[in-house]
Amino acid sequence: MTTIGIVGNKGKGVKSDCFITFEITEKGGIEIILESKVKVMYGDSIIKLANEILKFFNIENAKLSIEDSGALPFVIAARIEAAIKLVVKSEKEFLTLLLEQNNYQTARDKFRFSRLYLPGNTPNLMINAGIHKPDGIILDLEDAVAFDKKYEARFVVRNALRSVDFYRAERMVRINQVPEGLNDLDFIVPHNVNLILVPKCESAEQIHKVNAKIEEIKKKRNISGDIWLMPIVESSLGVIKAYEIATSANNVVAMAIGLEDYTADLGTKRTNEATESFYARCQVVNACRAAGIQPIDSVFSDIADLEGLKQNVIKSKGLGFDGMGCIHPRQIKVILENFAPDKNEIEKAKKIVNAFFEATEKGLSVVSLGTKMIDPPVVKRAQRTIDISIKMGILNSNWREEQNAG
Amino acid sequence: MQDKFVKNAIGRLVPTEVNGRLQIPYMGVGKYHPEGNKYAPPIVSCSDFPADGNKLVATLKDALIKAGLRDGMAISTHHHFRNGDLVGNQIFEIAAELGIKNLTWVPSASFECHAPLVKYLEDGTIHHIEGSMNGSLGRFTSTKGMKGLGILRSHGGRYQSIQDGEVVIDIAVIAAPTADFFGNATGDRGPAACGLLGFALADSQYANKVIVVTDNLVPFPCFPWQIQGNYVDYVVKVDKVGIPEKIVSGTTEVTKSPDRLLLAEWTAQFCNEAGIIKDGFSFQAGAGGTALSIGIYFADILRDKGMKARFARGGSNKYLVQMLEEGLTDFILDGQTFDLEGVRSMRENWNHVNTSPFTSYNYHGKGNFASMLDVVILGATEVDTSFNANVVTHSDGMLLHGIGGWQNCIFSKCTILPVPLFRDRIPIIKDDVTTICGPGELIDVIVTERGIAINPLRTDLIEAMKNSKLPVKTIQQLKKEAEDICGVPDKAKFTDEPVAVVKWVDGTVIDTVWKLA
Repeated sequence: MTTIGIVGNKGKGVKSDCFITFEITEKGGIEIILESKVKVMYGDSIIKLANEILKFFNIENAKLSIEDSGALPFVIAARIEAAIKLVVKSEKEFLTLLLEQNNYQTARDKFRFSRLYLPGNTPNLMINAGIHKPDGIILDLEDAVAFDKKYEARFVVRNALRSVDFYRAERMVRINQVPEGLNDLDFIVPHNVNLILVPKCESAEQIHKVNAKIEEIKKKRNISGDIWLMPIVESSLGVIKAYEIATSANNVVAMAIGLEDYTADLGTKRTNEATESFYARCQVVNACRAAGIQPIDSVFSDIADLEGLKQNVIKSKGLGFDGMGCIHPRQIKVILENFAPDKNEIEKAKKIVNAFFEATEKGLSVVSLGTKMIDPPVVKRAQRTIDISIKMGILNSNWREEQNAG
Repeated sequence: MQDKFVKNAIGRLVPTEVNGRLQIPYMGVGKYHPEGNKYAPPIVSCSDFPADGNKLVATLKDALIKAGLRDGMAISTHHHFRNGDLVGNQIFEIAAELGIKNLTWVPSASFECHAPLVKYLEDGTIHHIEGSMNGSLGRFTSTKGMKGLGILRSHGGRYQSIQDGEVVIDIAVIAAPTADFFGNATGDRGPAACGLLGFALADSQYANKVIVVTDNLVPFPCFPWQIQGNYVDYVVKVDKVGIPEKIVSGTTEVTKSPDRLLLAEWTAQFCNEAGIIKDGFSFQAGAGGTALSIGIYFADILRDKGMKARFARGGSNKYLVQMLEEGLTDFILDGQTFDLEGVRSMRENWNHVNTSPFTSYNYHGKGNFASMLDVVILGATEVDTSFNANVVTHSDGMLLHGIGGWQNCIFSKCTILPVPLFRDRIPIIKDDVTTICGPGELIDVIVTERGIAINPLRTDLIEAMKNSKLPVKTIQQLKKEAEDICGVPDKAKFTDEPVAVVKWVDGTVIDTVWKLA
């Protein structure tokens, strides 16, 4: 082990973060040096928190330098703990408060239209992510974190799961590729993660490994509750194995496709027209539908091109996808609006659901609209269209009363 | 020392005397009624001015000497060139060179380009500043203090104080993008075009001596003129009065920050749902990225509803100009132009009207435009739970900003402050703001990314938003939410030494800025 632990971010443009240098010394007690733009308002509380953490890890002689750019307590704590653990081995965890409002589970079939990627080592972007109302947020430990920052990012993600209010968004984490990703699980499974994304997935076996580790942690920490999985297929092999992966475990609720890596694997380039990935996308949609889970499309990477994104969403919905990743909050609205049912779809759904209610009220076992008999799955899909429309505010929840009154 | 302070009507300790002049403590909105006559400059005679109209003087130094520059005078300048001003600093370089001391600088606003003036505050060339102390000048004021007390005034308060004789300008230096030798001047043309020169109106009318400095001298008459040459004593031609790219931006762009866009969207939606946006309404949004986006949302709403505004108050920019040209507003009543499109429109379009702090903001006049606005969108560094707000100091106690037109604008029918609930861990909503710049009774709505608080005095707005899907909360709830996330901040620590006072729009003292401990 080294004698100096250095973690965090500083410099121009860095906000709500801090940079920690921790050094064990022979004697002289604890020396804390704080530089902070919020020193007047929070200097005392930062020093107090630092002392508390040092005491928690039984550090008696050390020099701790904190260069703070307005980091929230969960970030400061994550940074100091990570720095200490680079130098001192410890099984203990200094856990920040698990917010009461973060104690929720998500439903297997909840809407997953939009899920916002948040780089795991950039706390600044996490703080306000939930106010943009994505269906889910993804704390990313994989591609959005530089290789030498992977270690410290785990602490930030763990504390964010506990202490950041994402305002009821489904709290997701993208772990690193298995097997390395298995080491991420200790930092997220005990902290009320709702869903784990398993990247570069190529086999059912990888999912089994993830689930085995999750079970082990759950047992050890005495945790119950479902943790859903969303494998991401990002290679030609992954696409071929799509059905195997989709049906690999009960807690696999959705499967996504990652097109940057996939097109690279094919030896081609990703285009807006996306003809190169047509087969793969269809394959993923088919595998997911066959397995009864949600097919989720790849992100659209040009954040300035909202019109391009819109076209992409329309195409994606047409292929049968149920959602798409976002890399910027501005994309959320476009994705929601265009995955949303259009006027014709809503009108048709209203007629079908109405016919179903009328049949039920009359005690009929067969639902029909005009001369056409309507199968239960059609009713179910129509009901889903209605539910989505109500949720998105494009249809009033009392639409039936309004219709009957009108 | 303490016996010279008194608690004013909003509970703040303020000095009863500032730089040797007795003060009236703030008494409440509309409570102070001035008496007596306005200030008047000395009568002059044409016989003392060249009959051919040529008032050209070789250099600024010559003009200042001819104007009688000496110890203790008040010298005014204007912020039309914003951070690209090349004239303000020169005046004090000349004064220092001449060994002149104890000047009062009365700018309409200061910018970071005036940071070099700190050395003249240190060596006593400048005794104190009346106007605004931004950035480095504010930092100097907060940490070291000027020789005299700084006085912070709004744009309207500046006009009022000059009109009422609270501050007597000995020499006004008006830097102008275009002028003739008689002193007629305009801001809408020339290499340093800035749009208009409204902030210099009071100075041209009331200053003892007026010097126009230009880098674009045109043959008489400079028409249309914004400053009348009949007020002007001397005209100086220089190589360059300002740095164009720092005066107006080539393009103003709306914010790309998703959090700010959300504030803008909610603010516009609030105005729509509360019934503020209607045919013939009026609005003012500032220059910041959030305010620009609000203008765009307003335009969308008007277009959708087939309505138009009667007038929009500037600062103008290309988005406001687009609204004017698209017919979404009949007029722009402009106080300053923020980009080249604004300048062009002001030059070309009769309905883009050049206004001044006299027409728009002066509280000691027979009405002003600001109070007629249906809605105004402003910012703040802090707001307290009684909706009192601060725009000049930060929570660490540092003086960093001027008041601008903020105090004047809050007289509108609905004042909305879209502000992030916290900035880099620093909550905006406090029990007590560091400095009160405006009383809460004039501030109606706070829009944050975590909820919207309506002033309980506005029962009409609360009623109108009763069924809204927007997250309407109490200001106490918002304060708690921020403190749950950030922690409760400690207060700034001050000495008992005042370094500046904040004037209310009627010339009374609303608060004191204290030296940092």
